Amino acid sequence: MEALENIKVEASAAIDAAQDSNALEELRVSFLGKKGALTALLKGLGQLSADERPKAGAEINAVKQQLNDRLNARRESLEANALATQLAAEAIDVTLPGRRAESGALHPITRTIQRMEVFFGAMGFDVVEGPEIEDDYHNFEALNIPAHHPARAMHDTFYVDDSHVLRTHTSGVQVRTMETQEPPIRIICPGRVYRCDSDLTHSPMFHQVEGLLIDKTSNFGHLKGLLEDFLHAFFERDDLSVRLRPSYFPFTEPSAEVDIQCVKCSGEGCRVCSHTGWIEVLGCGMVNPKVLQMSGIDPDVYRGFAFGMGVERLSMLRYGIGDLRLNFDNDLRFLAQFM
Amino acid sequence: MIISEQWLRTWVNPDVSVEVLSHKLTMMGLEVDSISPAAESFSGVVVGEIISADPHPDADKLRVCNVNIGDETVQIVCGAPNARAGLVAPLAKVGAVLPGGFKIKQAKLRGVESQGMLCAAAELTISDDNEGLMELPSDAPIGLDIREYLALDDQLIELGLTPNRADCLSVRGVARDLSVAFDERLCEIETPAVDAAVTDELPISVEATAKCPRYLGRVIKNVDLSRPTPRYMRDRLERAGLRSIDAAVDVTNYVLLELGQPLHAFDLDQLTGGIVVRDCREGEVLTLLDGTEQVLQQGTLVIADHEKPLAMAGIMGGSGSGVTSTTSNLFLESAFFAPQLMAGRAREYGLHTDASHRYERGVDSQLQRQAMERATQLFLDVVGGEPGPVSEVHSESDLPINEAVLLRASQIEAVLGVPIESAEVERILIGLGFWVVGHDQGWLCTAPSWRFDMGLEVDLIEEIARVIGYDAIPARRIVGALNPIPVPETRRLMRQAKNELVARGYFEAVTFSFVAPELQASFDPDISPIALKNPISTDLAVMRTSLLPGLLKAVSHNASRQQSRIRLFETGLIFLPRDSGTEQISMLGAVVSGLRDAEGWSSEKVAADFYDLKGAVEGLLANLGDRLAFQPGVFPGLHDGQSASISVDGQVVGRIGTVHPAVCKAMGLPGNTAVAELLQSAVTQVAMPAYADISKYPETRRDLALIVDESVPSGDVLSVVEDSAGRLLTKLDLFDVYQGPGLEEGTKSLAIGLTFQDQSRTLDETEVSSAINQVLDSLREKLAIELRS
Repeated sequence: MEALENIKVEASAAIDAAQDSNALEELRVSFLGKKGALTALLKGLGQLSADERPKAGAEINAVKQQLNDRLNARRESLEANALATQLAAEAIDVTLPGRRAESGALHPITRTIQRMEVFFGAMGFDVVEGPEIEDDYHNFEALNIPAHHPARAMHDTFYVDDSHVLRTHTSGVQVRTMETQEPPIRIICPGRVYRCDSDLTHSPMFHQVEGLLIDKTSNFGHLKGLLEDFLHAFFERDDLSVRLRPSYFPFTEPSAEVDIQCVKCSGEGCRVCSHTGWIEVLGCGMVNPKVLQMSGIDPDVYRGFAFGMGVERLSMLRYGIGDLRLNFDNDLRFLAQFM
Repeated sequence: MIISEQWLRTWVNPDVSVEVLSHKLTMMGLEVDSISPAAESFSGVVVGEIISADPHPDADKLRVCNVNIGDETVQIVCGAPNARAGLVAPLAKVGAVLPGGFKIKQAKLRGVESQGMLCAAAELTISDDNEGLMELPSDAPIGLDIREYLALDDQLIELGLTPNRADCLSVRGVARDLSVAFDERLCEIETPAVDAAVTDELPISVEATAKCPRYLGRVIKNVDLSRPTPRYMRDRLERAGLRSIDAAVDVTNYVLLELGQPLHAFDLDQLTGGIVVRDCREGEVLTLLDGTEQVLQQGTLVIADHEKPLAMAGIMGGSGSGVTSTTSNLFLESAFFAPQLMAGRAREYGLHTDASHRYERGVDSQLQRQAMERATQLFLDVVGGEPGPVSEVHSESDLPINEAVLLRASQIEAVLGVPIESAEVERILIGLGFWVVGHDQGWLCTAPSWRFDMGLEVDLIEEIARVIGYDAIPARRIVGALNPIPVPETRRLMRQAKNELVARGYFEAVTFSFVAPELQASFDPDISPIALKNPISTDLAVMRTSLLPGLLKAVSHNASRQQSRIRLFETGLIFLPRDSGTEQISMLGAVVSGLRDAEGWSSEKVAADFYDLKGAVEGLLANLGDRLAFQPGVFPGLHDGQSASISVDGQVVGRIGTVHPAVCKAMGLPGNTAVAELLQSAVTQVAMPAYADISKYPETRRDLALIVDESVPSGDVLSVVEDSAGRLLTKLDLFDVYQGPGLEEGTKSLAIGLTFQDQSRTLDETEVSSAINQVLDSLREKLAIELRS
């Protein structure tokens, strides 16, 4: 069986040297194919004696198996190499930016109003909107601000005609709600408001969110608690100091202004808080019984509170925006910061 | 209103710092806007008297002075022009530290020893006067620390008072609140009636008793107005921000600040006959103290004599009857004018005075006599003179009356959420001047005459609350029924629509609701917009009838700041004038301009156009399906050939188009700017999903290339296809539009894909072919469209 050994050595060397699958296939045909060298040996078994035949047959088949395995192993190894080469060639720069649709952003004023709506919505307040050109009655009279009341001077009003103004607050919406809805009432009224004043810290148009709660049992302590909770949630700081101090609004009694500890200097005193450590952010109070009565709600049965806040002020404090006018320039370099 | 702390402490003196005092004021509703020192800090400055002032041997402008500072005499070299023997002036001794930390050292000036510095008022921050040494009265005690002598260790407390607290427009009013807050005694001044020394009286007649329910007058003869205002009075006036003018004005201002009663002094010798308080007559002219000549408007109350108007009552005196340096006989007025009838009067003349400010908000109607006696006494002290008797005219029925208000103990707790002890309620209200009588439910309380805002029970409750402090009221959480809030599935919130636009790369803008009329007219020339009566400027003068002008201004702002890709939207009201009033409609506006895509390695630098914006609008309204339609249209301000109306169910809900080149040029916009504006109501309505079974059978697709006249809108082609393809058509796509070489001039090629499918079986070839033939027939018949060969 010298020939078998020779074939084995020769074929093994050839398989190991093969560089692609074609070469391997040729080798398979030439050694293991129908006309291959091993097949020829098997065919020659007939010339052997019956005693020798099984042994010789087994030896040939063993070599055949070995060569087959060797061929397969070599094929797999070549394929693995080829794949590796392909992958290496297909490498891309994964640090290049992805192909995306650039998204825009909501205006910070909207973003702030939405945060307020979410907070008060969860507390059971409905969002109500109303007209921005408002009649004198709903903007002033129904809120206990008769003509020539000194409080009107606090409201630099834009006049449309003798009986209509650009609303100076969203309180008119509250009046309309009280006129049409039976208590209990829990609403907030976001929207644009207007004052005839324009300088570094005043815009002729700005936004307010006002709130109103009317029921039989709420008191000043509830108002205080709700606003404290809101301010803590809005600034995401439970340790933020909040204080209420007496003030005057014709439509509430008792009335209060709400200050928060300066979020910039934490009450140390800085330019943002005029070195007082406090920043005024809200006005509020128990609804004046006269206002309830004018809107057809019995003040002997119902009580309630109202509050109003400037959206720009809170938004600017929240995001550290220093210039009010940025809100209305609509500069993309500003807007893109609120994605 | 600015108050000197020292003056305030003569009325009430709690043992607390000025900071604690101010905090208390703020927390009881009298907001302290600022606390500032009367003079900056400095030390080592004393009263000195120049004994001799000799020329400096080596300098023309300097003088060598010997200055007596009590325990010693020092030599000072001084350049002030008024340095002279006998002058009493502040001297900063060696070791003194002046404002700003400037230290005084022993020095030689041009070879002569100088042991300190004589000071100007400005150098001590007492006033702005830097015109030479500060001249002190000759009786100033030599050697006394100047801070002590001038009472400079004072703080100026500036209050921002709300309009309901007119009673605190005086030192007494503020002190009264503080006395209750700190439970400290209020030190009232003594104002005994000053006996008449002469019998002179001026007849007074009040015609307008409703406007002037009380008028007091008094003659003071032979005053000497050349006498100076005493130092304490000047200091207090100046620290309150009032200029010291002459003794007559200063005394009236002093009483105004002290008690809150405006007073006016006339020159008696300029008055003819007597005083008449009346409405002005038509065409009457009055020259005021400020020199302006005013034609009096109907309804203005005047103080007149028997010939002419003398003063605008409660607002400002006239120049002809005012006190001058030569006046020797005074007529002093102390009156009460009704606040509701004074309100707004001064503003009609563009005036706002200390008197009008107080009268509009309400002066104590019982204060006039006390103020008259107080002023008389001060006049006698300061300028001498002989007072006549006080003449008073009043109309009892026109004087304001505070009715008793029932304060129920139960209501205090109900409103504040915390019970207050009865004794504390009584202490507070009585301290604030209320007349309090027990009642079986609580108390009957009558407000003092200086309060005008105490008509309701809650007004009294607020008084109690602000004195105990809002800090003392515990915070609680609200309670209430949890009501269901139904949310219809066919409505969505604008919030969702906004988020969709944001996801498509649009930034939300917020522009003013008022715009320039010209800009507005380029989009809505046929609407005459609602104009503001008092606009802030001409380019913010009319209410917008469209969101487009504001959005385009924002585009222009960004385009001129190198922004290459601009996509904006805005939501808000537009204001349309209607016969029945203003219609205020919620709109959504959007604009694209500049590049289609953000610049990047894989994006082409292509300009965005009409179709980018249209895609966004279609995306927003996709859910409406066939109910949405675009029709070519012509709109002012938009490109005639690139504009369309937007309609839903046949109702126009908006417009879309490329901005007209002329408008782009005028506004500095990129030429490819496109805008759209539509009703929010169209965006917030959504269709209910209409479920249909998904077919198990295969779909068949046929593509057609059509040659179409270029003037035929593709929308028309698609609707003909849709109408003629039969019920098996499930999908129709326009996947290519071509115009150019290979096609006849004036035509375009549209490639459409038709997908057919049935719910119950596999379609056979002949059915599909027959549908396609129907489509082709209809296209040929209706639009003369052929297949591309």
